[in-house]
Amino acid sequence: MRTSFGERMLDLVVTGFLWGIRIAILLAIVIGTIVTVSKGHYTSEQWIGFVVFGVAQGAIYALIALGYTMVYGILRMINFAHGDIFMTGAFGAYFVATWLNTIGFVDRNPFLGLLIPVLFAMILAAAIAMLVERIAYRPLRNAPRLVPLISAIGASFFLEYAFRGFFGPGKYAYPPIKALDGGWTIFNVEIQKVQVLVVAAAAIMMAILYFIVMYTKVGKAMRAVSESQDTAALMGIDVNRIIVSTFALGAAMAGAAGVLFSLVYRQIDFFMGFTPGIKAFTAAVLGGIGNIPGAMVGGLVLGVFESIGPSLFLEGLGIPRPYQLKDVIAYTMLVMILLFRPSGILGERLSKKKA
Amino acid sequence: MNEITKENFLWSALKIGLLGGAIALFICLIGMTEIFSKRAVIEKVITLGQFVLLAISVSCGLIAARRTSQLLRSPSAFSGLTAGLVAGLTVGLVLALFILAGDKINFRAVFLNASPALYKVLTFEKGIGGAWILPAAGAISGLLGAAFPLIPTSVRRPLFHAVLFLFFMALFSGLFRVVIINQGEKGEKIAKYLFGQTGMTVPGASIFFVLVGAISAFWSAFGKQIKTSASNLPKGGKIGLRVVAIVIIGIIALGLPRVSGPFIAQVIVIVALYILMGLGLNVTLGFAGLLDLGFVAFYAIGAYTVGLLTSYGPFGMQHISFWAAVPIAVLVAMCAGFVLGLPVLGVRGDYLAIATLGFGEIVRLLAGSDFLINYFGGPQGVIGIQKPCIGVLEAFTKIDVPRMCRGIELKDPQDIYYLAIFSAILIAFVSWRLRESRLGRAWMAIREDEDVAEALGINLIQTKLLAYMLGAAMAGLGGAIFATLIGSIFASSMQLIVSINVVALIIVGGMGSIPGVIVGAIALIGLPELLREVSEFRYLLYGAVLIIMMLVKPEGLWPSQAAKRELHHLDAEAGTEL
Repeated sequence: MRTSFGERMLDLVVTGFLWGIRIAILLAIVIGTIVTVSKGHYTSEQWIGFVVFGVAQGAIYALIALGYTMVYGILRMINFAHGDIFMTGAFGAYFVATWLNTIGFVDRNPFLGLLIPVLFAMILAAAIAMLVERIAYRPLRNAPRLVPLISAIGASFFLEYAFRGFFGPGKYAYPPIKALDGGWTIFNVEIQKVQVLVVAAAAIMMAILYFIVMYTKVGKAMRAVSESQDTAALMGIDVNRIIVSTFALGAAMAGAAGVLFSLVYRQIDFFMGFTPGIKAFTAAVLGGIGNIPGAMVGGLVLGVFESIGPSLFLEGLGIPRPYQLKDVIAYTMLVMILLFRPSGILGERLSKKKA
Repeated sequence: MNEITKENFLWSALKIGLLGGAIALFICLIGMTEIFSKRAVIEKVITLGQFVLLAISVSCGLIAARRTSQLLRSPSAFSGLTAGLVAGLTVGLVLALFILAGDKINFRAVFLNASPALYKVLTFEKGIGGAWILPAAGAISGLLGAAFPLIPTSVRRPLFHAVLFLFFMALFSGLFRVVIINQGEKGEKIAKYLFGQTGMTVPGASIFFVLVGAISAFWSAFGKQIKTSASNLPKGGKIGLRVVAIVIIGIIALGLPRVSGPFIAQVIVIVALYILMGLGLNVTLGFAGLLDLGFVAFYAIGAYTVGLLTSYGPFGMQHISFWAAVPIAVLVAMCAGFVLGLPVLGVRGDYLAIATLGFGEIVRLLAGSDFLINYFGGPQGVIGIQKPCIGVLEAFTKIDVPRMCRGIELKDPQDIYYLAIFSAILIAFVSWRLRESRLGRAWMAIREDEDVAEALGINLIQTKLLAYMLGAAMAGLGGAIFATLIGSIFASSMQLIVSINVVALIIVGGMGSIPGVIVGAIALIGLPELLREVSEFRYLLYGAVLIIMMLVKPEGLWPSQAAKRELHHLDAEAGTEL
């Protein structure tokens, strides 16, 4: 191809710029880390504490990310309203938990007292997601790709502000659960009971989900539909039903994540779904979107990075109050992954399998 | 159609009624009914809240009657009316059941708005004994809705227009009242005759009703004749007509802020700023098809540049005049478009949307963080931005003392109005010329198919970068005017919601269409700003409007010709990247 000098220069600028970004970010991380470590502000127990916190946070991201990834795998669509489904789950659980708490059920039977709100949140979130799919997504399944994305943004707004209308703009405090107070100290590292619960619950949920997707008939059908809708339909799979159950399953995970999130942060409001939603999407992209184990890995990586990042490399760079820039780390990771490795960490495997 | 698949028409009417009831209940529980019932459509006759609920049951009746005529092989007026009655009655019954249940169970423990005030509104202040009124009103209004198609068209259309106009007037009655009162003593008399404190008066409503009905009837009778006679005019006459129209619009535009007062002027300025941003995004998204969800970043960059260059506050760096700062702001925004555009060149479709969203958030978080507090003021923002001055600007003396302006200072929203309107018109013209240019065609080629465009010899990198840069420049101009309008900028006013507003207004107006941007900005930004009752539910309605637009009219309110063609062959487009 014949290219002019100017065009070649432009190409050069573009590649140079991209490499510049890579090197700059790498340098920032390396220098920041070296400076911080050499200063020795934090003890190793503190670092482990950061990691534990990050893992708990990451487990929640991973649970939400599953919904993004599953829907994307089947419909090639970003379910922008998924973060708000997470919020609906938290609200549902809040009311059940408050009620159980006032009648004293939680103190008598802490296990069921935790489980019932989670189950309720999962059912509520699944129901709302199915409703959203039916109204806002299904009629647009064959439209140009921007159209369902806009509709999803609309659905996200609608859910947020419908809940604001129902429950007001204020913050609700999730009822305290006595059985979860305190923690254990292992090797000088304090681990809170809530964190253990969150990680354990998330692991169980993901195991269940993995089992459903890999070893049940519905899961097999889901995988078939994500390979090719038309072929799956020819094989006698009810594509609509499978898509709905994918939404429901992903939403149930998000609903449970909503409860875990409110157990950790003790606070819910109508806008709480937005940031975790975007982060979870980052996690899904990080792991390779459309890939279920990828979402889990991506969630954990993002959670840990976000948790240790501000202290590890931002503080070393001399940035005051680095935790303010926690979200910047997440967004930067998102942009970097999209730029340099859109297939994600585990994406390669998936694309090879499909080929 | 197959006979077996048809359902009983009464059953379908019941389902429609249940759906309507659910919607009505939803409206009650989010608190709309309560807030709306403080406003009247016609004073002492009907409140806005009642009007909305009535509108639901009327439309349920109408839809049920329509459905019936499709379901029955030999539809009769009677069966249609029965269906309407059933549907309307069901809507009323759902609400009545809610009231009866609410008497026993405390819904308020969960739903904030299930308050005594809501029950009072729903039972017409008659207590639990008033629950029967709702089903009765529902049944009657459902019947009315069902009867609507039976009226001959010549009456039906004026009636519909008149009711619609009444609703519109009621929404804006407070605004009209103030504007007319401002016109002096005579105005005050007229205003008090037509409008009360909360809505229209009975005589006012009847005057509007008759007037609009008459105009509509006249137009449906003679409209065609007028149109043909206008198009039969000689060429000079047609141009003359157009010139007259433009002059009238121009006079209105020039005089409006003086007549309407600062509030409406401010709303118009904000609309104009969104038009600027919308036109900018229209270049990147509408023309070149690159979805940018972080567009607010460029707006912020324009605003911060002007702020830092002109501010007399602690963060002012240069103390130059607004007029010198604007071109710099536009240039800086353009460079930012280049820098942000470079990395995302290879990213396509949905991924691009999310990547740009990430950028927008990064810019906002950085600007508001303590990290850069010495430059951007952190959460406290940049304050004390110099207003534009036509004339001689005195030299900067010391911090926190505004510089004197010898000449005309554009102080109030009413003055900045002219600046904003002029910029919007200028940029609209620029983007119109851009669209017709070679570059514009290259953008549209990229939008339709990148690979084909490249094969046709379009340099993708260059063309896409130009789309980013020009779009960013327009948004930067908007930001610059915003900075001087508000007089201070905070990172917290650069939320993602602004970006989404801009995307939404382009989509609602019609992608790639310049008048569409203007229509979209007025509909999505202007109307909610003017309607304080609605502003509480602004984003709720927003979400609903976005979904409904996508379902019903994905090409937008005022689509460009190409988009119209395209979306009417959706199936052929199914697999393409947009």
